[in-house]
This record gives sequence, C-alpha cells and structure tokens, in this order.
Amino acid sequence: MENELYSMNNKELMISIRDLYKSFGDNHVLQGVNLDVHKRENVVVLGRSGTGKSVLIKIICGLLKPDSGTVNVLGKEVDQLNDRELRELRLKVGFSFQSSALYDSMTVRENLAFPLVRNSRDMTQQEVTHAIESVLENVGLSQTIDQVPSELSGGQRKRIGIARTLILNPEIMLYDEPTAGLDPITSIEINKLINLVREKFNTTSIVITHDLTCAKATGDSIAMMIDGKFLKQGTFEELFNTQDERIQNFYNYNFINQK
Amino acid sequence: MNVKDSREFFISKKFDNYFFNLYKAFQFILRFFKEVFKPPYEFKEIIRQCFEVGYKSLPLITLTGFVTGLVFTKQSRPSLAEFGASSWLPSLVAIAIIRALAPLVTALIAAGKVGSNIGAELGSMKVTEQIDAMEVSAVNPFKFLVVSRVVATTLMIPMLMCYTAAVAMLGAYLNVHQNEATSFISFFQQAFEKISFLDIFSSFIKSIVFGFTIGIVGCYKGYNATQGTEGVGKAANASVVVSMFLVFIEEILIVQITNSIR
Repeated sequence: MENELYSMNNKELMISIRDLYKSFGDNHVLQGVNLDVHKRENVVVLGRSGTGKSVLIKIICGLLKPDSGTVNVLGKEVDQLNDRELRELRLKVGFSFQSSALYDSMTVRENLAFPLVRNSRDMTQQEVTHAIESVLENVGLSQTIDQVPSELSGGQRKRIGIARTLILNPEIMLYDEPTAGLDPITSIEINKLINLVREKFNTTSIVITHDLTCAKATGDSIAMMIDGKFLKQGTFEELFNTQDERIQNFYNYNFINQK
Repeated sequence: MNVKDSREFFISKKFDNYFFNLYKAFQFILRFFKEVFKPPYEFKEIIRQCFEVGYKSLPLITLTGFVTGLVFTKQSRPSLAEFGASSWLPSLVAIAIIRALAPLVTALIAAGKVGSNIGAELGSMKVTEQIDAMEVSAVNPFKFLVVSRVVATTLMIPMLMCYTAAVAMLGAYLNVHQNEATSFISFFQQAFEKISFLDIFSSFIKSIVFGFTIGIVGCYKGYNATQGTEGVGKAANASVVVSMFLVFIEEILIVQITNSIR
C-alpha cells in the first residue's frame, strides 16, 4: 500500500492525505481533507484565517495528531511512526513558521548551526561554517551571520527561518503564511525565494497562505479550503473560474474590494 | 485525550482538570528521568545554564545571606542576654543558619529569580513556536531546554546554599565581633561545636530537592504555556508561586524525617 502510493501515476507521490479529521473540543477544524502532492510540485493551500490550514501542515510534520484519516509522507504513515522514525522523517521535511520562530537568544550563525550540529554529529567546525555560509548566500543574507534575531527585519527573519530549514537539505518544504505581515515588495522577494528554493534544492512544497499574490506566484496547484475541507483544487485560473460565491468573494476581497 | 475536550466529566470539570494536570506534571517529571541519562548529552548548554543559575545569582544571594546572618544575630542577642547566655549566640546562629535559614533563603531567592526566569523564557519560546521549531528540525527540545535547566538548578542550588551559609555566618561573626570582640577562630569553633554531620547532610539533600523542584516547576509551567504573552506572564508567576509552595512543603517533610533520625 505504501509503495503503491509512493510511485503512483509515474510521478513520485510525496504527500498523500486521505479523509483527515481534526477537532479541538467543539471546534471541528478539519472535516475530511484529501490532498496529493507530487515530487517538485508547489501546492498552495488557500483559505481564510482559522480554517485549519496551519493545523493541516502541523499534522503533516507530526506536531499534531489527527483524530482520524491517514497522512502519508514519503511513503510513511506519520501517526504510526515511533520517535526515532519521526525524527528521521523530520530531517526530510522543512517547516517555515509564520512567526519565523528564530531562537531569540542565539545569533543567526547559532540558529543555523543548531539543527545541523545536532543531526550531523560527525561534521567538523569548518564544514558547519561552510554549510551556514552557503545557505545564507542562497537566501541572500550573508551579512547577517553574526546578528541576533531582534536586529533583523520581518523579511530577513522569514529568510533566515527558511535558511534554517534548508540547511538540513529537506525534500519537502512546508511554508506557513510566508508573506504574512510583510510589505508587498518583501512579499514578492519571499515568493521568488520559494520558487528559487524549489529550483536549487529540488523541493516539493505546501504553501499555506491567504495572500492571492503569493498563491499565484508560487503555486502549481491551488487548493481552496473552506469549512475544514477543500472546496476546489486546480491552477490559479481554474480555481477562480467558478460560479461558487465563496471562492469568488475570496478573490474579490483580495483583488478588488481592497483597492 | 484532553479533559477539556470531553463533555462528560468523572467528578466535575474543575476536579477532572485538576487531576489531569497533576497526571501531566507526573508524566513531565517521568520524562525528565527518562531523558536525563539518555545520550546525546547537552553538556555545553548545561554549563551555560549553571553559569546563569549560579554565577548570576551571586550578588543577590550575597546580599540576602549577609543581611540574614547579621540581622538574625542582632535580633537574637537581647533574648539570650536576658538569660545570661550570650556566649551561646555563635552555636545558636550556626544551627539556625545551617539547618534552616541557608537552604530556605537560597531556595526562596532562587524560586523568585531563577524560577521566574525559566518560566518566562520557556513560556515565550513556547508561544512564539520556537519549541515547535526545534521539534520539526529533528532536535529534542525537552533535552535541550528542560533537562539542561533542571540539571543546572539541581547542581547549583546546593552550591549556592553553601555560599549563603558562609556569607550568613560571616554576617553573624561581624555582629558578634563588634559586640563581644570574639576572634574569628573562636567564633567558628563555638559555632561548629553543636553542628553535626546530619545537619550539613540534611541541608545539602534539602537543597538538592529544592533545586530540582524550582527547575522542574519553572520548566513545566513554561513548556506548557498557552494564550500568547498573557500565558508567558502566567507561566512566570505560577513558576514562582508553585515552587515556593512546594519548597515549604518539602522543608516540613525533610525536617520531620531528619528529626526522626536524630
């Protein structure tokens, strides 16, 4: 079953979610989510705040447990893994947090070295430094290496957050609201970075956002989440070429009413 | 399953949540003992935390210890003088300081300074998703954040207690020297005449227990903080209140046990 899923359609299936349900008390957040993500595909999950988008990717990386349903990542059922197996899987799945989640008490160098030295204990100091400098160069922030997070701007923090996950060379990237709270120019830079990451690191991504510009710029496929499940999935044009009022409203509020 | 998620309660929502939280706290302590002996060890972080807990508490501990010794001696003198027993002052002060004051004062100062610091730091890391970030990067946050801090407080509070006792005795000596012109050597000879090995040993054990309590309570409250910045404040506050409460309970229990052995 696992291998069958993994190599379906001649295109490697990296993430497969079936009938996923998750509630917090009386709040039924996910109500039967199904999603397939293939190798090198960027899937954008679009939806209003509080619809369970972040919960979905937290379940994918094992931070939250689902109430029911299956989440298959790289051929493995996430909620069936023991601690060691989950750690091994997490090395292949990068997670960029909405708040960047940089470690306040550490410099950028220490932030980047933190996961690396703990997961590759045989690396020399020189190799660690080289890896840090290389990943910082990829996100265009070499000059910040000895700064602390409080000295960085919002956009820089996002980039360092992404760099910290890239340093482990993940196969899958999960971006939680990558452009939230950023100005339009910085948002465009982050969108470019997401696409660049796919080109350079060969990653498969899920981008959680409510920003249509980000969705359009980064998504090969966009899934619209409403009331805890996907209402429609397709390219940007396919998604919004619809009569469904809820999807139309989402488009109008982003592109027309705000102007 | 979280009790808050359930509609039906065994006794009542309040009671069920209380016992559920107690269960969670025991699970947390159990996890500490499982993780503390399991490699890899975070030696560098443990040393950094020892520096934070120990060295950075020294100014406050020095002042508090010195004032405690000095004032206690000053206040005890009139009562002893009434019975013509001023010469007992060094031994009385030594017994009070070594048996009770030094461990308790150190623990209360540490609960306020170190406990609140741990609660607030871990609480803010929790609400800003820094702990989740460690977890998703395949690093064990419990080992890095909790084990290192609890080991540091368990090691450093007994050392701070010894230091507090020494400084308090110095305060006491200065007062005695000023009033009775007692020499340094004869003061300490008299002081330690009545002190037994059990007094020192029980104080040391007490400090280890207090140190563990302050560390684990601060970490538990911080690690389980919720509700944003308000949660951070609550975690810091609860760390101090709960650890002080537990320190007093432990003090009573250990004194009872020591007295039954004596």
